[in-house]
Amino acid sequence: MKRIHVGNISEIAEKRSRVVRIGALEIAVFKFSGGTVRAIENRCPHKAGKLSEGIVCDHHVFCPLHDWKINLHDGVVQAPDEGCVTAFQVEVDESGDMYLHIEEESIRAS
Amino acid sequence: MKKKIVMVGNGMAGVSCIEQMLKLAPNRYEITIFGSEPHPNYNRILLSSVLAGDADMKDIVINDWSWYEENHITLYTGHTVNKIDTERKLVRTDGGVSVPYDELIIATGSLPFMLPLPGADKEGVIAFRDIKDCETMIEAAKKYKKAVVIGGGLLGLEAARGLLNLNMEVSVVHINEYLMNLQLDRTASLLLQQELERQGMKFLLKKNSESILGKKRVTGLRFTDGSEIETDLVVMAVGIRPNIALAKSSGIEINRGIVVNDLLETNVPNIYSVGECAEHRGVAYGLVAPLYEQGGVLAKRLAGIETAGYQGSVVSTKLKVSGVDVFSAGEYADKPDTRAVRVQDDFEGIYKKVVIRDGKVIGAVLFGDISDGSRLFAMIRNGEDVTGKEKTVLLGEGGGKAKSGLDLVASMSDDEIVCGCNGVSKGAIVQAVQEKGCSSINEIKACTKASASCGGCKPLVADVLTYVLGADGVKTVKEGICGCTTLGRDEVVEAIRGMRLTTSKEVMNVLEWSNTEGCSKCRPALNYYLAMVWPEEHEDERESRFVNERNHANIQKDGTYSVVPRMYGGVTTPKDLKKIAEIAEKYEVPLVKVTGGQRIDLLGVKKEDLPGMWADLDMPSGYAYGKTLRTVKTCVGSTFCRFGTQDAIGMGIQLEKKFERLGTPAKVKMAVSGCPRNCAEATIKDFGVVAIDGGWELHVGGNGGTKLRGTDLLCKVKTEEEVLEWSGAYLQYYRETGKYNERTAEWVERVGLDTIKVALESKEDRTALIERIEKALDLMKDPWKEIIEQQELRKTFVPMEEQSAESILK
Repeated sequence: MKRIHVGNISEIAEKRSRVVRIGALEIAVFKFSGGTVRAIENRCPHKAGKLSEGIVCDHHVFCPLHDWKINLHDGVVQAPDEGCVTAFQVEVDESGDMYLHIEEESIRAS
Repeated sequence: MKKKIVMVGNGMAGVSCIEQMLKLAPNRYEITIFGSEPHPNYNRILLSSVLAGDADMKDIVINDWSWYEENHITLYTGHTVNKIDTERKLVRTDGGVSVPYDELIIATGSLPFMLPLPGADKEGVIAFRDIKDCETMIEAAKKYKKAVVIGGGLLGLEAARGLLNLNMEVSVVHINEYLMNLQLDRTASLLLQQELERQGMKFLLKKNSESILGKKRVTGLRFTDGSEIETDLVVMAVGIRPNIALAKSSGIEINRGIVVNDLLETNVPNIYSVGECAEHRGVAYGLVAPLYEQGGVLAKRLAGIETAGYQGSVVSTKLKVSGVDVFSAGEYADKPDTRAVRVQDDFEGIYKKVVIRDGKVIGAVLFGDISDGSRLFAMIRNGEDVTGKEKTVLLGEGGGKAKSGLDLVASMSDDEIVCGCNGVSKGAIVQAVQEKGCSSINEIKACTKASASCGGCKPLVADVLTYVLGADGVKTVKEGICGCTTLGRDEVVEAIRGMRLTTSKEVMNVLEWSNTEGCSKCRPALNYYLAMVWPEEHEDERESRFVNERNHANIQKDGTYSVVPRMYGGVTTPKDLKKIAEIAEKYEVPLVKVTGGQRIDLLGVKKEDLPGMWADLDMPSGYAYGKTLRTVKTCVGSTFCRFGTQDAIGMGIQLEKKFERLGTPAKVKMAVSGCPRNCAEATIKDFGVVAIDGGWELHVGGNGGTKLRGTDLLCKVKTEEEVLEWSGAYLQYYRETGKYNERTAEWVERVGLDTIKVALESKEDRTALIERIEKALDLMKDPWKEIIEQQELRKTFVPMEEQSAESILK
């Protein structure tokens, strides 16, 4: 498990997302209203849509390609669609710096 | 030196006023807010939902701590202001803080009215007013079984429902023979009582409480008729009274509330009051809508903007108890000079009454089906004259229509696709009905996704439903603008106007959206409606924009984008073509294509390359992605064509330059043809212009896409100026009455061509529409330029962080 610094919480606006590229992985880091941060793979299980571009409502994001709704806490696709996106643990320290925890294999795998 | 505003009270009305003021005059004041509760501003109306377990405390916060910080507001929570020194213009708190003011707003709200019964100070006797009361009830439910609510009004019943949800045995004590006697007539009240009894509530009606029994903690309640009831918890919900102690001790004129005029001014200079503590023209309101209206007026006053003042409000009541739909508004009681239309259906448990005086709807009571509530409420507020059509107010314009679609559905095979967008077959819908119990379009949508995308197959889905269940088996649910609300477009826009709502968040809060932050359908829609109603006050909510409009480029299936520069009227120059070609090479654009709208599309561009490409192009955005004017297609016209009767190119360029960047409910396509041969295909556009000898024909409501529709002729005019005038008025009328995402082809059919003709008929009306469209146009900037120039926007186009696998795994 690697702990990787990916920027500061102030770089993401509320109800928006920024993209982080770690090796072969593209990850979308979201900030909810109120400042909670969550990270999932930037790839909708349906047709690989960029989830970072979706509209964020509470702790969900709607994929911009076909409107799939995904829970950002765990990456689970909401009914009536099915599937799951990999979620990553984000850690935020006192100064707002964010760290992702990622398995080494997934960084290498392409 | 900024002037100082101090606000006493941190509740919904006051903070909403500050919010609205910040939008009008962001840096005018230094703001300090005092609140007695230890919380930021929260939605008191949703306390019932917290109690009912439908929402968490954190879900009901309207403005969190960071909002105060971002707006540089000093917030003192847990401080009660106990002195206003009107001479020296200072306020003091019980915590010893003292702050000077130039303008002071008293927004102290109201206090629950506690019956002065012997024993009312015992443990386990509370009100139902704030978060603390909610917490007390939730705690009590863990230890005790029996609860009594005193008060059978709105608040009392909501508290009782919450206690039922917490598994307590609940009895409601009410002094009157009828529940909610201030809001309902007797029929509705009895229906309500039956329904709540079914849910497990017990009622003690026409009972006067005498004393509260028990030693340290309450054990029971005694009534004036000598009877008693055992209980472990007493919740008093008999009413509220304006919290005026502070105003009173400071020498401000009070009556029942703090007396204010139409500008919310008290009798002391520089001191204002809004919300439940204020009394305006003899009325102190206890509901949220009027308080937002008051806040709006005071916000303008403090921002130094002209305002007609607050004129008082008609109020409506909705009971938030799950499974019981009750609505009342205006004057609902029968009087000698009123007549009513009533509908009562004991089988469905539905009762509706509309009260009419002098041909105008003045009040309504609805029980069991409140879908007409917002429509009737709008009628009451607008004082609409319904003489001669009183019955249609409730009964609508007639019943069902012949279902010719049923034969079609019957003849379809099971694997035939009903919903083309999501590939849902007839068989899948039938299965959802038979096996999953779906019985409404919305349920089918949630279960199978049929009709969830473009909505074009909705009538067919409805036919499949009817085919399986029969006409009586289909639930017709009133469809809101999305799944978060049952309110339709007109009701939402009416509320935005009437209550001066200026952010999506406010709309969702006040109109009680079922999802706190909406969904991908309503967020962009609300953002459009707000900008249309308040072009100057509304700040565009980028986070509510669909990706294309947020990034000002069309997203493609692989996450790359396409770029279409403006090419007014489809006319370009060798110099511009060279520039486009060079840039396409520089950025290694994989596909260069000519679009149907006579411009050039550069496809396959990486997001991070967009700003650089725009800067190199140095051309305005062609808005090929927006709900706005896309392009004006033209033919050669009299410039070169041997048949051309008019300058089609010139007219097209004028139209495109005039209306580019304008936000519209859906995309708008235009075309100008220079003669009746109509080579620019103007008769399948949202607005088409065709030259005739000595003038122009103006065509509207055409569509060559989803649903082929030829235009209707709006009118014929003589000059280019008139073309611009009519097109401006037409576009603005569409902006103000169209549903978000509704193309003019659907809009013309829904609204009716005659209605549109009437709206544009008089020069005066056209001028007024044009004034409003000009206001919106004046505020538009080129989005590409804006992004290039603003570092804050530009940075969102590049990844926040990029690291190679090697650098991490070394």
